[in-house]
Amino acid sequence: MTQTIIPVLPFNVNRVREDFPILAQKVHGKPLVYLDNAATTQKPQAVLDALAEYYTEHNANVHRAVHLLSERATRLHEEARTTVQRFLNAREAREVIWTRGTTEGINLVAQTYGRKNVGAGDEVIISAMEHHSNIVPWQMLCEEKGAILRVIAMNDDGELLLDEYEKLLGPRTKFVSVVHLSNALGTLNPVKRIIERAHEYGVPVLLDGAQAAYHVPLDVQELDCDFYAFSGHKLYGPTGIGVLYGKAELLDAMPPYQGGGDMIRSVTFEKTTYNVLPFKFEAGTPHIAGAIGLAAAINYITALGMDSIADHERDLLAYGTRALESVPGLRLVGTAREKASVLSFVLKDIHPYDLGVILDQQGVAIRTGHHCAQPVMDRFGIAATARASMACYNTREEIDVLVRGIHHAQKLLG
Amino acid sequence: MTTTTPEEQADDLVEGFELFDTWDDRYRFLIDLGRKLPPLTETEKSEVNRVHGCQSNVWIATRPQPETPEPVINFVGDSDSSLVKGLIAVLWRVCSGQPAEKIVSYDVEGLLDRLGLSQHLTMGRRNGLDEMVKRVKALAAKAESRNQ
Ligand SMILES: Cc1ncc(COP(=O)(O)O)c(C=O)c1O
Repeated sequence: MTQTIIPVLPFNVNRVREDFPILAQKVHGKPLVYLDNAATTQKPQAVLDALAEYYTEHNANVHRAVHLLSERATRLHEEARTTVQRFLNAREAREVIWTRGTTEGINLVAQTYGRKNVGAGDEVIISAMEHHSNIVPWQMLCEEKGAILRVIAMNDDGELLLDEYEKLLGPRTKFVSVVHLSNALGTLNPVKRIIERAHEYGVPVLLDGAQAAYHVPLDVQELDCDFYAFSGHKLYGPTGIGVLYGKAELLDAMPPYQGGGDMIRSVTFEKTTYNVLPFKFEAGTPHIAGAIGLAAAINYITALGMDSIADHERDLLAYGTRALESVPGLRLVGTAREKASVLSFVLKDIHPYDLGVILDQQGVAIRTGHHCAQPVMDRFGIAATARASMACYNTREEIDVLVRGIHHAQKLLG
Repeated sequence: MTTTTPEEQADDLVEGFELFDTWDDRYRFLIDLGRKLPPLTETEKSEVNRVHGCQSNVWIATRPQPETPEPVINFVGDSDSSLVKGLIAVLWRVCSGQPAEKIVSYDVEGLLDRLGLSQHLTMGRRNGLDEMVKRVKALAAKAESRNQ
């Protein structure tokens, strides 16, 4: 394997911002302050160029023809896979499965590994802070199989109770699926410990990496996770593309997910034999441009340096936490010791929806609602929060604009 | 309730809105409209009357109407969001106390467009506004069919 050496430049947020054309625009006559990154991030020029270049110069279907364009498209598509492999530090490229996103990755595992290995009376463990996409697929599986869904509780800061987790683990446990970094609370979970404990029972672990993948330097071998799912669109890449990493021996033993072209070795009406990894799980024409765009995004953030990004975002989180704590009537939801990039909060006597609308008029984009994590809202006895979530291109000045916007909303709505 | 038509009520609102230069003022006006809504009783804040929007709680309840020559629909509403409550007030202004057939055919979307509030309709999935409009129209349609 040849390793590309990518020089790491000192992190300069103003230069980073120039790489994201969308950030220069005004909304409602005000400079855009984009703080809805946990929903999706903006795309650097490098990604836009990669997409345009692919469709302008190389577009063809992959794996299917002998002509030059198809050969090129296939090569770019597979190089993108290798880029993801390196990014995750996976052992082999065939452990990287293209999906539509985190949601599809989790469903894939639930419907293949899960259906094969989970039976009546067995248990699947998730946590109290899961996104709906890491709840519902397991609920569907448990319902079908007569299995039981167990939930790791959390404390008032939004930290998982590991003692409770250890009590849940047992001979009936067949799978553990937890979020690496919570989109609703910002909690960074102690996933290494969670994985170690599960492995003591021989139980595989899936990490929902939708949020972590663009904030936290990753090494799936070091974590020793069995599956890792993330979405391209949160990682500065295109929508509609995502990755499911799985250990080869597990993926090999799993039945295929969807049937169709590319995932087969041979088809007769009597019997079909399946292709090898990773193609076994990639039925139909894949999102070729998406994969190439995602690779461009990974190359972009790797060049910035995942550690530099994490440092920058840590500064923003500390600065933002202090700034928000100084707002009267504001309560942060999610105050874990280990956190990243998410500031979820409620304001006394102001509905998050109203705050969101008023902030939008100030050019500030945040998300309000339950963040697809209704059980989290229930746990904290609220219906919704306002959430500001940061990415590599955000600045302290933008947080100041947010705080001024909140003061303004309080005046208007108070 | 006055006997003016929904169109006249709407024109009044639009005129009021046009007096304001800034969105802050428009939103303040909307919030004030909401504050002036007749309050719901606790029994009216029932599960049946709840409109399932995504973010805020919304209730729409009809109130019995003393016999009028032409049957009219009186409704009240509330929300824990001040802006959504303002939007309910807009609906209330133009529709409540109007004959059912007028409500059923009234172009709420067009009005919100004129008020520059159609953003809230596209956001309807988030604030329950489209559900709210549907609920009011369904209540009106039901009353209308009862009277036929
Ligand atoms: C923690 C978490 N898991 C899963 C998802 C689902 O990701 P996608 O919609 O890209 O499949 C999200 C996205 O909001 C998320 O934040």
